[in-house]
Amino acid sequence: MDFNYLTTIIFLPVLGAILIAFIPGLSARLIKRIAAIFTLIPLALSVFLFCQFDRSLVVMQFQEKLSWIPAINAHYHLGVDGLSLPLVVLTAFLGFIVVLISWKINLRIREYFAWLLLLEASILGVFCSLDLLLFFIFWEIEVIPMYFLISVWGSGRKEYSAIKYVVYTLFGSAMMLAGILSLYFTTGSLSMIELAEGGLGMVQSIMPAAAIFFLLLTGFAVKLPVVPVHTWLPDAHTDAPTAGSVMLAGALIKMGGYGMIRVCVSIFPQVARDYAPLLVILAVISVLYGAALTLRQTDLKRLIAYSSVSHMGFVLLGVFALGQVSLTGAALQMVSHGLITGLLFAMAGLTIHNVGERDLSKLGGLARQIPIIAVVFSIAGLGGLGMPTTSGFAAEFITFIGSFSSTAFSGMQVCTILAVLGVVLAAGYILWMLQRTFYGPVLEQYNGIKDADGLERVYMSAFIVLIMLVGIYPAIITDIIKLGISPIVGLLGG
Amino acid sequence: MNLQLFIPELCLIACAIVVILLDLVIQRKGLLAIVSIAGLVVSAGFTIAMWGGNSQAIFNNMLAVDNFALFFKLLFLGIAALVILASTDYVSKFTRFQGEYYALILLSTLGMMLMAATTELISLYVALELTSISLYVLVGFLKDPKSSEASLKYLLLGAIASAVLLYGMALIFGFTGKTQLGEIAQVIQTMSLSGILDSPGLILGIVLLVAGFGFKIAAVPFQMWVPDVYEGAPTPVTAYLSVASKAAGFAIILRVFYSAFGLPQWLSLDWGLVFAVLAAIGMTVGNVTALPQTNIKRMLGYSSIAQAGYLMVGLAAVGLSPVTDAVGRSAVLFFLASYALTNLGAFTAIIAISNKVNSDLIEDYSGMGKRAPLLALGLTLCLISLIGMPPAAGFIAKFYIFSGAVQHGLLWLVIIAVLNSVISAYYYLRVVKVMWLGKPVSEEKVPSSGALRLALSVSCLGVLLLGIIPGFVMKLAEAAAKIFGF
Repeated sequence: MDFNYLTTIIFLPVLGAILIAFIPGLSARLIKRIAAIFTLIPLALSVFLFCQFDRSLVVMQFQEKLSWIPAINAHYHLGVDGLSLPLVVLTAFLGFIVVLISWKINLRIREYFAWLLLLEASILGVFCSLDLLLFFIFWEIEVIPMYFLISVWGSGRKEYSAIKYVVYTLFGSAMMLAGILSLYFTTGSLSMIELAEGGLGMVQSIMPAAAIFFLLLTGFAVKLPVVPVHTWLPDAHTDAPTAGSVMLAGALIKMGGYGMIRVCVSIFPQVARDYAPLLVILAVISVLYGAALTLRQTDLKRLIAYSSVSHMGFVLLGVFALGQVSLTGAALQMVSHGLITGLLFAMAGLTIHNVGERDLSKLGGLARQIPIIAVVFSIAGLGGLGMPTTSGFAAEFITFIGSFSSTAFSGMQVCTILAVLGVVLAAGYILWMLQRTFYGPVLEQYNGIKDADGLERVYMSAFIVLIMLVGIYPAIITDIIKLGISPIVGLLGG
Repeated sequence: MNLQLFIPELCLIACAIVVILLDLVIQRKGLLAIVSIAGLVVSAGFTIAMWGGNSQAIFNNMLAVDNFALFFKLLFLGIAALVILASTDYVSKFTRFQGEYYALILLSTLGMMLMAATTELISLYVALELTSISLYVLVGFLKDPKSSEASLKYLLLGAIASAVLLYGMALIFGFTGKTQLGEIAQVIQTMSLSGILDSPGLILGIVLLVAGFGFKIAAVPFQMWVPDVYEGAPTPVTAYLSVASKAAGFAIILRVFYSAFGLPQWLSLDWGLVFAVLAAIGMTVGNVTALPQTNIKRMLGYSSIAQAGYLMVGLAAVGLSPVTDAVGRSAVLFFLASYALTNLGAFTAIIAISNKVNSDLIEDYSGMGKRAPLLALGLTLCLISLIGMPPAAGFIAKFYIFSGAVQHGLLWLVIIAVLNSVISAYYYLRVVKVMWLGKPVSEEKVPSSGALRLALSVSCLGVLLLGIIPGFVMKLAEAAAKIFGF
């Protein structure tokens, strides 16, 4: 490969951040334009890679490999396969969109956009890394930008939420680090490809494979999040600025699901099989408990935040049903949830910004006053509850088919049926939310508030087009995801 | 004897004398700093020229000139240069004794260089005292009540530690009849297991050595002096103390325990385990007591206790398997280099800020992100490095040191250590939070001199460099640690 596409995609936002942070005397307009350009190019490149991706190969493509720290056999190794490429495109897309969403920011603009770009770069890095140390470094770098985004530009109890986010994440990654180290000394390798292909060839036995598996899983579970380590999520999502929430819900928590598939399942197929019942039950609990909590929320953003817990439960279900179809569904669910929840948060942010009220009991009848937002919000909501023709339907449908037909353990069918109840609950809370916000008697105090302006309509349309596209023709993504999933299923022996 | 091998040290002695004499005749005291740094650079040049050669001994096998010693000498010279650079503003406020200040720093650096090179108990003690006595004076340099109290405390506790150390050495000499580390090792290896068990004095001697050195590196339970001394001492001296003195302590521990008590295996297993327990206690005590601190120098004092704990994780790994261990010992060296850069960077920023606001209270750092964005950015980077988060050097250093521990079956210790890192994030980030989120107390900018900016940029660049491309320094550390092959 002549041109280092992935390096360019990851480090252009970093370059943009450095320019924004250190060139003196930039005007606000110029800062926003730089941010837009340095996120648009990675988006264009990632779409280009999506088209160029060779669909006849199941190996990592666009690889780059350099020796980095010889002493511990660590490499600067990047590459994408069918599993990570859609997530890279998703992240690049959201990275560009959040710059547009943030167009109206006017507090400490310079720092804001610098952190936003760094955040995007680190998430992209996680999805592209094929070396565990590199993966971990990108995983950790993301914490600091998010901390600042929440604590400076957030709302409500922002500082509390920000530090809670940091402590939870660091706890998870501390466990993950211990896991990576044990894995390294057990096998003598940090390369994800070698580890997945070679299995746990023992150089030295540190501890049982199951223990390493769970150390790593803890890190991913905190991020996904899985009940009972989910409590950072509602706080962080609720108090983050709109762009932060979109990035968090859209791209960042996908790192958890991605890590589970790429590291836990690929490297420890046997352990994953052994503990599938436990994890599937946790998934069902996440779905139902998350949905139950969502039902009693009265804050617009908090409600959407809790719905993520429930929806990410579907991902966990799909992953540990351990079948070709269920894993494909889980991966698709991550992409779909990124789009739908990204749009939901964008709309919620817009509503709150324009209306100046976030308490559901004080909202109502807004469909008359801000019809465009109401329509788009409703479409996103319908996607969230799994309406056919939206990506939500495709993803959840595939996940349920996969997990129902899975042979991972004998109780799969029961668990799937229980999880499907989550969709019913989702219909409940989302319709209730839409109804409380947009329908009912028109409230006078909201007369004359602004509807979406030109720029906002542009990104809304982009979201809707993608959600519909994936909903109507999911093969556009599943064809690629399959290429990434099939070698992993091969490892599972299924 | 080959005096050429002693040139770096001779340079420093000459430089210290020149500085004192110059102080008598010149009016522009700023020149003193330049002369001192020039001396350090020349000395470093000679040190680099010796790198890579075979190990040699001078002064009747009292001092070794090997890669291990050279690595540490370079480290100490670099630290001293950065500290002097960061001191210029601070020292120019003194009306008298500026020359003595620089000379004392040079002399204590000399002491540390000797500590890294010594292979014999008596010269070890002399080197240690040269370092300590210079530092006692430096700590009390401000002569205000706090500084004097700090100095007295440091002197008294330091003297006790020296006495303990000396007693330990006497016991070891008594039971082995040797003062040379290599010869002690030979005697111990010829002793039978029951022979050693029958002479508990030897074991007691080793324990007393641990206690004496533990004082130097601020290992719990020998850490009582740290917060008071760190708070009271002039800030550049605190910076110097927190990195150089600690590095020297670890250099000597590695040398003594490797050379003299590395074999037989069960003996090193014993002290390895002692260090493992001290590490676990040190990290936890340091981090937990750092949580409620309101003075940033005090907080960094407790943080340095915790950092010593992380370093001892590396020592424990060495102890558990001195023969096959490859990662642990070089990881300790790498960690020390990265910690030195990080802490120096942090203290440089603190010096610059306290020059203006005349306070070390964390609450007075409120809004520093507005008043001095570059200082705040530098300090933030260093604090992130202290937490051990990428892309700063602290992450790679911790990763490296923990790998050594995991390799030798110390996973329990590593889990304690990573959990401690999470605790530490809370208090380090509190400073970050105050700086970037707090309201500025005043709109006034915080100026910083060129020398301070240079010191800060060098440290920060070093922190980033070691964090992103650590390969080169790791190689140096490995070459340095190789001399302990069995």
